[in-house]
Amino acid sequence: MCLGIPGQIVEITDINNKLAIVDVGGVKRQVNIACIVDEQHTPEACLGDWVLVHVGFAMNRINEQEAAETLKLLEEIASVMSQ
Amino acid sequence: MKYVDEFREPEKAEALRREIEKLSHQLDKHIKIMEVCGGHTHSIFKYGIEEILPANIELIHGPGCPVCVMPKGRLDDAIAISQNPNVILATFGDTMRVPGSKTSLLQAKAQGADIRMVYSPLDSLQIAKNNPDKEVVFFALGFETTAPSTAFTILQAAAENITNFSMFCNHVLVIPALQALLDNPDLQLDGFVGPGHVSMVIGTDPYEFIAQKYYKPIVVSGFEPLDILQSIWMLLQQIVENRCEVENQYNRLVQKSGNQIALEAMNQVFVVRDTFAWRGLDEIPYSGLKIRDEYAQFDAELKFTIFNRKVADHKACQCGEILKGVLKPWQCKVFGTACTPETPIGTCMVSSEGACAAYYKYGRFSKTLQKQTAEKPKVTISS
Repeated sequence: MCLGIPGQIVEITDINNKLAIVDVGGVKRQVNIACIVDEQHTPEACLGDWVLVHVGFAMNRINEQEAAETLKLLEEIASVMSQ
Repeated sequence: MKYVDEFREPEKAEALRREIEKLSHQLDKHIKIMEVCGGHTHSIFKYGIEEILPANIELIHGPGCPVCVMPKGRLDDAIAISQNPNVILATFGDTMRVPGSKTSLLQAKAQGADIRMVYSPLDSLQIAKNNPDKEVVFFALGFETTAPSTAFTILQAAAENITNFSMFCNHVLVIPALQALLDNPDLQLDGFVGPGHVSMVIGTDPYEFIAQKYYKPIVVSGFEPLDILQSIWMLLQQIVENRCEVENQYNRLVQKSGNQIALEAMNQVFVVRDTFAWRGLDEIPYSGLKIRDEYAQFDAELKFTIFNRKVADHKACQCGEILKGVLKPWQCKVFGTACTPETPIGTCMVSSEGACAAYYKYGRFSKTLQKQTAEKPKVTISS
């Protein structure tokens, strides 16, 4: 029910209705971007963003730096184990 | 797929498994960790996480599957709405096979009701636009992950002045359910794996009471196998070090204060109910959402007669105890015999996020489970 899938916004299709096209593993579909748009983040600025898609909405941006840091930590744990 | 494949690498999983094992040797007691979210339950079984944990680390599967906690009476009400002439009922696929007191939505559809599965609540709004002579009702359910999308759908319906659209709102809230669990003396837990996508909306601040008042550690987790293993590792570190904190493993998506835009939309459209019935957990105060008076024209509970009956669960079904983590699915009298995903008696066997369905689909390959189920007497339920 709370399933979410990462995808990248590849096109803004309707600024007024806050609609965009998201690419999820090669599959493209329309999503609503109302949850990630405000004065600081205009619809146009969402182009290229990685987002979590849930029930036809982009629910939040994926923080690429935080993802990289989590992976770096996991890499460190794995490298310590292999020594 | 980016942000998926990187979190499924076997070498890193093995490294985390060993770290978890090391920590487990530092604990001289049996540790019970509850994963609250049904999505986590599904992942745990899909990737065999429970199988690789040390013997003294036990996972308890919590009530975080909105389909599983929906009382039969509310489903009967949704079916009753769908049987009104001129009504199209739209709903998520998860709800279609949930047994009501007499039928499921799928059976009601087979009997002639116009019930349609949609991917998004916005799709139900489109159905209303395409069918101006019909009354379209969206059967809304889910936790805070899903509530913003239905809130935005109502805001759009209001902006476009769509008069033949309404919602039967069954949204529920995670925090009051956790409070109810923590107040239950039957339940002995050492920590929580916190829901990832709910927290993406509400943030991690609302969980502080768990650490400060109940002295339980909680780690908000992502859904990939490495996420869950890392979260268990972080929880065990807290337990070993006698710490009780709210930690965030899923910081690529979850911020401390959540998603303010989503929360504002929810607050604009919904108000907290005084009480809401949960399957297996009874009435929980302030645990459900209803549509605000300002948007009353979109409230199906005001447009239609809702009986709000209390319907007892099947007497053989032990979903209630399973949702509270008091029983394991295989300990239920009808698990795997009379109750299967093809012929579910209880909701935990319907949804793929239900603990029973997860055990049935993935867990039956476990030697322990095979032995335990083989020893059970076969039960059949005549309809």
